[in-house]
Amino acid sequence: LINALSLLTQAAYAEASDGGFSAPSIDEFYPQVIAFQGTWFELDRIMLIRLLVMTALVVLFWLWSSKFKKSYKNNILVPSRFQLMGEISLNFVRKNIAHEQLGEKDGERFLPLLTTIFFLILGMNITGIIPFLNIAGTSRIGLPVVLAAVAYVTFIYAGVRKHRMKFFTANLFPAGVPKPFYILVTPIEFLSTFILRPVTLALRLTMNMIAGHLLLVLCFSATQFFFFNADGFFKLFGAGTFVFGFAFTVFEILVSFLQAYVFTLLTTVYIQLALADEH
Amino acid sequence: VARYDIVWSSVVFAILLVFFWFKVLPNFKKNLDARTEAIEGRLAAAEKAQAEAAAKTANIEAEQAAARADASQIRDEARAEAAVIGVEIKEAAQAEAARLIASAKAQIEAETQAALVSLRAEVGSLAVDLASSVVGESLKNDKLAANVVDSFLAELETKKK
Repeated sequence: LINALSLLTQAAYAEASDGGFSAPSIDEFYPQVIAFQGTWFELDRIMLIRLLVMTALVVLFWLWSSKFKKSYKNNILVPSRFQLMGEISLNFVRKNIAHEQLGEKDGERFLPLLTTIFFLILGMNITGIIPFLNIAGTSRIGLPVVLAAVAYVTFIYAGVRKHRMKFFTANLFPAGVPKPFYILVTPIEFLSTFILRPVTLALRLTMNMIAGHLLLVLCFSATQFFFFNADGFFKLFGAGTFVFGFAFTVFEILVSFLQAYVFTLLTTVYIQLALADEH
Repeated sequence: VARYDIVWSSVVFAILLVFFWFKVLPNFKKNLDARTEAIEGRLAAAEKAQAEAAAKTANIEAEQAAARADASQIRDEARAEAAVIGVEIKEAAQAEAARLIASAKAQIEAETQAALVSLRAEVGSLAVDLASSVVGESLKNDKLAANVVDSFLAELETKKK
């Protein structure tokens, strides 16, 4: 309910309060600049949310980290419930993503990056349904672009480090293809490996978050409209749109986790493909 | 894409990357390693203790078996010794008894002989006395009397035989 109310106040703030139905628009994602206008460090609502998420992540993992430290310093073998939650979270990325795709050795090499990507995206996504924040830190293209660029640089670095220039030739000229077909295959391979991978990574994440936010705004501003501006019988529609809004809020929790998982998993798979020996 | 969007994203990412890389993950891994090590160490210690206990038990059992064997050996020896001693005692007793019997027999024999001799002498004189008192003075010739007595006694003896 708090969620719905705050969304509505936000929607009412964004649109001129003419009392009618306010459709969500792309302006949602470009809120007013709050400080440092025109500089490299302009701040607006979404940037503040990002800084807030970063602080929250640092605080949470700092607590876990100090628990781990205390554990191994004092030789405490049985973790507390709180510590166990941290271990399960970190082990999810470590075992289920890094070790499973890359094996233990390479998994450990790229683990800091993968862990950061996963928890950063998860934290930024989840603000989309947190009351008073109500917009995902990843719903502005900048952060996904930065993360996709990092993933891009990392998998190229992994491939070049292991296979030198053969990494590029093996990717652009796949083995077992008759020579004339390279005219067709090489541009496709170049496009899919070196252009589409980072673009799809960034766009998939951003669009999922934008779509989720628009859906929630649509549902809850419609509820607002039906309840307070519609006449008689139409007020009933408000209940329906509210239920949809609630359902999509729950769905957004799943999407937040899933997008963080997909982004991290794909980054890992790209690194794994770059390291693979078939080249 | 706005410039500040990229800048803030990079700042946030860089800070978190450094934080996870150098703070969270090292502690996390050390924690897991320490736990693995401790659990393995304890398992090994428990295994060792178990092996030691088993060895101790085996020792005690062996000692018990040895003690039991010793005891039964001592018992057997004692029994054998006792048997030997019993036989010896019996033999000694039998020998003693035989000796006593023999000496008794010899004594009796000797006494019988002595009795016979003295009896013979006494009986002779008594008979002579009796006969002289009966027959009177005529028979006071010692030489004749002695002959009569001796012949009588010899007769007695042959009769006895």
